[in-house]
Amino acid sequence: MAKLTFSIGGIHPADKKLAKDCKIETLPLPPKVYVSMFQHLGAMAKPVVTVGDSVKAGQIIAEPGGFISAYIHSPVSGKVTAIGPRKDLAGFNQMHIEIEVQGDEWAEGIDLSPELVTAIPEDRDFILDRIKMNGVVGLGGATFPTHVKLNPPPGKTADCLILNGAECEPFLTSDFRILLERTDEIVVGAAIMQKVLGGCPCVIGIEENKPEAIEAVRASVNRLGYPGIRVATLRKRYPQGGEKQLIDAVMHRQVRSGGLPIDVGAVVQNVATSLAVYEAVQKNKPLVTNTLTVTGDVIDPARQHNYLFRIGMPLSYIAEYAGGVPEGTVKIVSGGPMMGKAIANLDAATVKGSSSILYLGSSTLRHAATPCISCGRCADACPMGLEPFLLKRLYDAQDIEALEKNAAQDCIECGCCQYSCPAYVPLLDNIRMAKAQVMGVIRARNAKK
Amino acid sequence: MTNTIIWTVAILTCLGLLLSLVLFWVASKFKVEEDPRIDEIEKTLPGANCGGCGFAGCRAFADAAVKAGNLDKNYCPVGGSEVMNKVAAILGCEVKESAPMVAVVRCNGSCANRPKINDYQGAESCKVKAALYGGDTGCLFGCLGCGDCVAACAFGALSMNPETGLPVVDESKCTACGKCVAACPKRIIELRAKGPRGMRVFVSCTNKDKGPVARKACSAACIGCGLCEKTCTHGAITVADNVAYIDFAKCKLCRECEAVCPTGAIHGVGFPKPLDKEAVKKRIADRKARAAEAAKAAVQPEVKKEESNG
Amino acid sequence: MLDVVIALLPALLVSFLFYGWSELLVIAVSAVSCVGLEWLIARFVMKRPELFSGSSALVTGLLLAMNLPTTSPWWMIVVGAVVAIGIAKMSFGGLGQNIFNPAITARVFLLISFPVQMTNWAMPTSGFIAADAVSGATPLGIIKEGIKSGLPIPEILEANGMSAVSILRDIGGSGGEISAVALLVGFVYLLIRKVVKPWIPLSIICTIALISLIFHGIDPDRFTGVAFNLVTGGVLLGAFFMATDYVTSPVSNWGGVVFGVGIGLIVMMIRYFGSYPEGMSFAILIMNCFVPLINRAFHQKKYGRA
Repeated sequence: MAKLTFSIGGIHPADKKLAKDCKIETLPLPPKVYVSMFQHLGAMAKPVVTVGDSVKAGQIIAEPGGFISAYIHSPVSGKVTAIGPRKDLAGFNQMHIEIEVQGDEWAEGIDLSPELVTAIPEDRDFILDRIKMNGVVGLGGATFPTHVKLNPPPGKTADCLILNGAECEPFLTSDFRILLERTDEIVVGAAIMQKVLGGCPCVIGIEENKPEAIEAVRASVNRLGYPGIRVATLRKRYPQGGEKQLIDAVMHRQVRSGGLPIDVGAVVQNVATSLAVYEAVQKNKPLVTNTLTVTGDVIDPARQHNYLFRIGMPLSYIAEYAGGVPEGTVKIVSGGPMMGKAIANLDAATVKGSSSILYLGSSTLRHAATPCISCGRCADACPMGLEPFLLKRLYDAQDIEALEKNAAQDCIECGCCQYSCPAYVPLLDNIRMAKAQVMGVIRARNAKK
Repeated sequence: MTNTIIWTVAILTCLGLLLSLVLFWVASKFKVEEDPRIDEIEKTLPGANCGGCGFAGCRAFADAAVKAGNLDKNYCPVGGSEVMNKVAAILGCEVKESAPMVAVVRCNGSCANRPKINDYQGAESCKVKAALYGGDTGCLFGCLGCGDCVAACAFGALSMNPETGLPVVDESKCTACGKCVAACPKRIIELRAKGPRGMRVFVSCTNKDKGPVARKACSAACIGCGLCEKTCTHGAITVADNVAYIDFAKCKLCRECEAVCPTGAIHGVGFPKPLDKEAVKKRIADRKARAAEAAKAAVQPEVKKEESNG
Repeated sequence: MLDVVIALLPALLVSFLFYGWSELLVIAVSAVSCVGLEWLIARFVMKRPELFSGSSALVTGLLLAMNLPTTSPWWMIVVGAVVAIGIAKMSFGGLGQNIFNPAITARVFLLISFPVQMTNWAMPTSGFIAADAVSGATPLGIIKEGIKSGLPIPEILEANGMSAVSILRDIGGSGGEISAVALLVGFVYLLIRKVVKPWIPLSIICTIALISLIFHGIDPDRFTGVAFNLVTGGVLLGAFFMATDYVTSPVSNWGGVVFGVGIGLIVMMIRYFGSYPEGMSFAILIMNCFVPLINRAFHQKKYGRA
């Protein structure tokens, strides 16, 4: 079968999947965890425990603060020692619940056995409730609450469930590892989501640079025998794993500006989310663990790791466990090198969506910007077909109207423009601001209507 | 040859006359009737079109003033009372006197006071930097040092001090238009009364973190201890959200707060003499001792009274 | 930008071999004065030393040198550099802000101001290839003169001893105009390095070819043929290195095609009907004016907005 890919723009950064052969290891528990109340898209969660309470692992410690929000569970058993502001990885104050770890006791009703449960519950509402109550959010980066995404508004139906195993960011290998090590569970998770969406077909998209994963998933799909699931090979190209790009590649449909994937009948979920859905529905296990890659171009191969972590573990604890910050590191990034955020505060706690600790050397330092010469490489690279150089100019001129006309709000912040700029112009930094401004104007206009 | 010249001159003259007639006709046909006072006021205004008054330029200011017939909503911070009096004369109305203002940078997180904890590499813009993360120091509230305020100032009154990494206001150039106030994403810059002979006292910090956190990030931070609030005899200081604020309308420039501040977050500028901390502290101590004595004296008879009644 | 310098090297080398030390002097004076002027202007006039772009000024200098006769006096080259860097580039705000290609602006300025010096083309015999120095007109100039005196083109060519083959071998012209092959090598290098896209040069060449095919077919006595038009004058230099200047060319691919077709049309109109023998510089300058308009009309295909 032909390799699928999206139709506009894109770049080909070097692969650098250095940790791809490192098996997932389970991290030991730290003395204290710090659970952020803001680890999903939408409203902040509200704590339901108070200082001094004893909690068990998997127990609800915070409830959704709005429709788009999620439950948060204690990742460990122990005692709540503080609730208050703590700095997140960007250095902003965020409400955290601090829990002192005592033993490792799990709440009742959680199945911790490794046996695969393949029988899918019949009741759709039961499944959705389990996903919601177990705090599952999208683990592909945006951490959008999964139960909201799997429950399309009336009048809209899903034609296709796309499971995103592209992992197009360089360095990251956590999705690849779970695709290899927890293949069956991911496939069952996909079948569960198919069921919720009314039995639509499911495509598991994996980039061509992971042939082992493609093979393993294909074999698992055949063995488990759920109807309507197939594996698609995606071309290696960034940002293949972008939601809109993936829909374009797999379904040859494009989401209209301002629209949602469900408008074109698509639901995209990350493979890690599928695993979380499996655990939530089949095992009643809340989302308190995820996989994270410790990698980078300045550490030697022996010190690359893929870890199963509990949310709330401080990044510094994980870094220390993995052997400390390697020499030559100039930048530590959480997430991939393209879309990830530089970590300003290594003491920050991991959240549901944490995917990596990336040590980057001086080669990744930004160069001083020189004037734009309108070469148009950014426009060629933009997967949304925008003209980043123009958007930057319009933003500098504060021409909000023209920014909207030139679709600044469509930017998916993938960073292709900045990557391809020969003059090192900080395009994305500016476009992100422009996008926020345009979105503000659009929102104000919609509110008036 | 002569003929050609005569014809040329004649035709050009006729053409010019004809076109001027057309222009005259068009001008009178499409003339927009406008209150002449708008032009007059616009001429009086500084003409910088800075927008400091809240209108889209001087013309819009004049237009709004003439339409309203008064100056309740119009004040030109650049021209100050001098210009406003002239405008009021044109309109034939009163102008509310307001004290001359100046932009004040409320952050003392210089490179020495506030150590860097990381290096910023993004676009050189405070707005971008503030949106990206908490900043390259431990302080979430302080100056980001990318100079958005300097870029916003139309009068060249702001410049970055390379030594401290903080913006400096040139008071002689500052017109208090408020552009820098709006440009600063951290809202550090405030328009404050210039004060008599340029003397004023202000809290040079906006850190809302709790004392120890703020102190750890910056040695010159306001830690919200409340000493100044307790010392101030004019009720000009309030501490809210762990940071003190001096109401310049109430401040009497006694500089007692400045003397007692443990971190040096309170700044007095424009004073002819440097602050003699010990003298002021002694003054406060004396006053407190007197007050305590007076209180003692006031309380004692009361107690006796109660006893006798009881 | 350094890639462009590398791409220009073969053509520079060839012109050096053909014209000898005098050509090297032209190149050196032009390059040094362009780079030096830009530094001086950025540092002392604009007081913004960060505006000094270095390699970009070097490219302007080299292109200017390739546009000048090898007999150019040094002061004329310096005047050209002042026009290119001072007027066409820095007065617009430096690199990335200029509307017109600096090197071409300078060339046109010099052509109008010093027509005698600018058309005193040495025949490529003064260098290491042959010993005697002869000066003469360019093939385009010869033909223009010939047509003015009423001769049909084949006769003009014969009278001047020019056959289609000899044109490819030894053409009188400015440094950059003499070797089509060297220019092509440089351009292919740029293509491989993905510095430029082929659309603009392709559309220029195709347009010129098409127009000369039509007109030559109609009246071969009055209009020159395809091969002649493609290899003579500054067509190749202009199409490969000047029209593809990022700053002064459209961003989108289709915009580039429109730009190229426009240049091709104007060049041929000037060559066939204008009073100047050559029109590449004028064509590029004229189309430079339209770049903002073209950029406005041609946008990238956007996702989800079909």
